[in-house]
Amino acid sequence: MTIAAEARTTHHLPQNWLVRLLDNKSCLIFLCLLPAAALLLIFLTYPLGLGIWLAFTDTKIGRSGHFIGFENFTSLMQDRVFITSVWNTLLYTGVATVAKFALGLWLALLLNNHLPFKSLLRALILVPWIVPTVLSAIAFWWIYDPQFSIISYVLVDVLGWRTSYIDFLGEPWAARWSLIAANTWRGIPFVAISLLAGLQTISPALYEAAMLDGANAWQRFRHVTFPMLMPILAVVLTFSVLFTFTDFQLVYAITRGGPINSTHLMATLAFQRGIPGGQLGEGAAIAVAMIPFLVLATLFSYYALARRKWQQGEDND
Amino acid sequence: MTISRRDVLIGGAGLAAGATMPVPSIAQAANIEKGATLRVLRPTKFVDPDQTIFNENTEAFTKATGVQVRVDYASWEDLRPQTAVTANTGAGPDIVVGWADDPHIFADKLVDLTQVAEDLGKKYGGWYPVAEKYGKKDKTNTWISIPMGGSGGPAVYRESWVKEAGFDKFPTDHAGFLDLARKLKANGHPAGFALGNAVGDGNSFCNWLVWSHGGYMVDENNKVAINSKETIEALKYAKALYETFIPGTLSWLDISNNKALSAGEIGLTQNGVSLYFSIKNAKDEKTAAIGKDLNHAPMPVGAGVGRPTETALVINAMVFKHTKFPNAAKEYLRFMMENDQYDKWLTGCFGYWTQPLKGYAKSKVWESDPKILVYRDTWERALWSGYKGAITEAAGTVNAEYVMVQMVASVCAGQATPEEAAAEAERRAKRYYRT
Repeated sequence: MTIAAEARTTHHLPQNWLVRLLDNKSCLIFLCLLPAAALLLIFLTYPLGLGIWLAFTDTKIGRSGHFIGFENFTSLMQDRVFITSVWNTLLYTGVATVAKFALGLWLALLLNNHLPFKSLLRALILVPWIVPTVLSAIAFWWIYDPQFSIISYVLVDVLGWRTSYIDFLGEPWAARWSLIAANTWRGIPFVAISLLAGLQTISPALYEAAMLDGANAWQRFRHVTFPMLMPILAVVLTFSVLFTFTDFQLVYAITRGGPINSTHLMATLAFQRGIPGGQLGEGAAIAVAMIPFLVLATLFSYYALARRKWQQGEDND
Repeated sequence: MTISRRDVLIGGAGLAAGATMPVPSIAQAANIEKGATLRVLRPTKFVDPDQTIFNENTEAFTKATGVQVRVDYASWEDLRPQTAVTANTGAGPDIVVGWADDPHIFADKLVDLTQVAEDLGKKYGGWYPVAEKYGKKDKTNTWISIPMGGSGGPAVYRESWVKEAGFDKFPTDHAGFLDLARKLKANGHPAGFALGNAVGDGNSFCNWLVWSHGGYMVDENNKVAINSKETIEALKYAKALYETFIPGTLSWLDISNNKALSAGEIGLTQNGVSLYFSIKNAKDEKTAAIGKDLNHAPMPVGAGVGRPTETALVINAMVFKHTKFPNAAKEYLRFMMENDQYDKWLTGCFGYWTQPLKGYAKSKVWESDPKILVYRDTWERALWSGYKGAITEAAGTVNAEYVMVQMVASVCAGQATPEEAAAEAERRAKRYYRT
C-alpha cells in the first residue's frame, strides 16, 4: 500500500464508523431519545425514586433518616387520620369524576349543536379551568364562608327560604360535599372541551345512516356517539382521575383538611405531615401510598375502557 | 506652605478612598470579617411597618459597619421548609429569623450566640424566662438563637357589648368568662374562637383552654400527659363554651375571626394586635368605629398555671455554621436588638412583635394607646408548644398536626366524648414523642 492510500484509509475509517453507527436504526433512535431520557431521569425518575426511598426511612426535616423498612406504612395502617384521608380521597375522586363526566358530556353535546355565539361560549366554558386554582379556592372559600356566604345570604336574607346560614365547611359531610362541588366546577371545562373535540371527529354520515335506519336520539347516542367517543373518553377519564386524586390546592386553601380532619385527602395529609409537621419520611409514605391507586386507575382506563368490544360490540375483541 | 497639584491629587484620592471605604469603629470592635456580606431570611410582614423598619434598620447596620446585607422575605408557610433546606444543604442564608421551634430542630448546625445574648440581657434588663427557653439549647446555658419578638394572643372584645352584658371588667376566671359568653350570645353578639385547622388562632385558643385548666401535652420528662382529668375538665368546659359561639367556628381558619369581628358579627375572640391595628386604621368609617369600641384583656386564669397563659407566635433568629462571616452575623443580630433599632421596630409595628427583653417593656409604644398595653406582657404570659416539656421537633409536629385543636373540636362537634377525645389526642401525640 502506498503512503497516500494508507493515509486515505486512515482518514476514512472514523467517518465510516460514524456513518455506519448513525445508519443503524436502533442506535439512531437511542441517540435521539437520549436527551429526553436524561431529562426524564433527572426530573422525574430521581424525585420519584427519592420519594420512594424516603418513605422507607424516618427522615425528618433538618436531619437525614435511617432505613426503617415498612414501619411508616404499618404505622399508617393504624392511623385513623390516614384511613379517613384514603376514604376521603376515594370518595372525592369517585363522586367528582362521575359528576364532571356527566356534566362535561352534557355540556359537550350542547356545544356541539349549532348555537349562536358558539365560539364565545366555548371560550367562556374554559374560564374555570384557566383561572389559577388558588383563586378558585379563595372564591369558594368566600362562597362557603359561615358568616358571609352569598348562597346563605340569598337563601336567608333575599328569598327567606331558610332561617339560618348554612355551615358549609363546619360539618364533616357538608364540607366534603362542598369540596366535591368546587372540584367539579373546576374540572368540567377540561372534560367538556376534550369531549367536544372528540364529538367533532365523528362523521355526520354515521348519524345520517343511523337516522335512515330509524334510530332515535338515545339510540344514536348509545350506538354511534358513545362508542366513537370511547377512546377519547378513556384518555380524558384517566387524566381526570389523576388530577382529582392528586388534588391539593383546593382542599388545602379552603379547609386545610378540617374540620376535625374530615376533608383531608392523601395529598394534603402528605404535605401536612411532611412539611409543616416535619415528618418527611411519613409524608413520603403517604404520597407513595397513592401510587397503587393511580396505577390501578390508569390501567382500568387503558385496558378496560379502551377495549374494542366495549366500543364496537361484544363480538369485536 | 505651598500646596502642589500633586498634594491635591493625593489628598483627593485619600478622601475619596475614605468616603468609599469607611472603617467604622463598630466593625473593628466586633472583629467583623473584612469584606463580609450577609444574607438574611425572615417571615414576610403581617403589618406594613414590620418590613419597612426592618429594612431601614438593616441599612443602618450597613452604614455603621460597611457589611452589605440582603434580606429575603418568605411566606409564613414557606419559612420552615426553606430553613430546613438551608440547614440540610449548608448553603443559603447566613441568618434565618425562623419560627420558635426551628433553632431546636437544627441546634447542631447553629453558631453559639451566648455572648450576644448575655450582653443584650445585661444591657436591657434581662430576658423573660420563656425567651430563655426559646433561645437556649435544651438543658444547657448555650444560646443557639436570639428570640426577636413574639406576637401575643389575648382576648379581643367589644367593650360596649361586654358592658351591655353586665360586666364592668373583663372576667378573669372560667366561670365569669363562660357567663360573659352566654350573655353575649343572648344579646346577639356571640363569641367566636377558631376551631378549624388555624395555625395561629386555633392552636392559641385550644392551648389556653387546656393549660388554664391544668392540662398539658407532655410533662417535664417529655412524656405524653394529655389524657388527664384536667384535660377532660377543659373539654367539658369547651363544650359548654362552644354552645355560645357563632355557628361555623369549626371551619374557621386564621383570618375568619378577623373578618367576623371587623364585620360586627362577633363580640369576643382572641388575636394578635394586628386585628386592632387594621380596624383602627381602616378607611371605612364604620369599621374604624369598631376600633374605638375594641379592647383587649388577658384570657382568664384557671386553676392550672396560676397566672394568665397564652401562646405567642415567636420569631427566633439563628446563625448557621456554614456562614463565612459569623462575627458579622452576630453583630447584625446584636445591632437589630439594640435600643435605637429595636424600639423603632417595636413602636412602628404597634407592639405586634413584642419584646423578649424586659427593658423594652418601658418602650413608648406601650404608652401610645392604653388598649394595646396588654400585649406588653405577652412574654410574661406565654408558654410554648409542648409545654411542660422541651421545645422539640415532636412538639412542633403535634402543633402542626392540630392534635390539641382537633381534640377540642371533636368534643365541641359532638363527635367524641371528652374521654374519647383525650385518649385519641394521647395516641396521636405518642406517635411523635415515641423516640
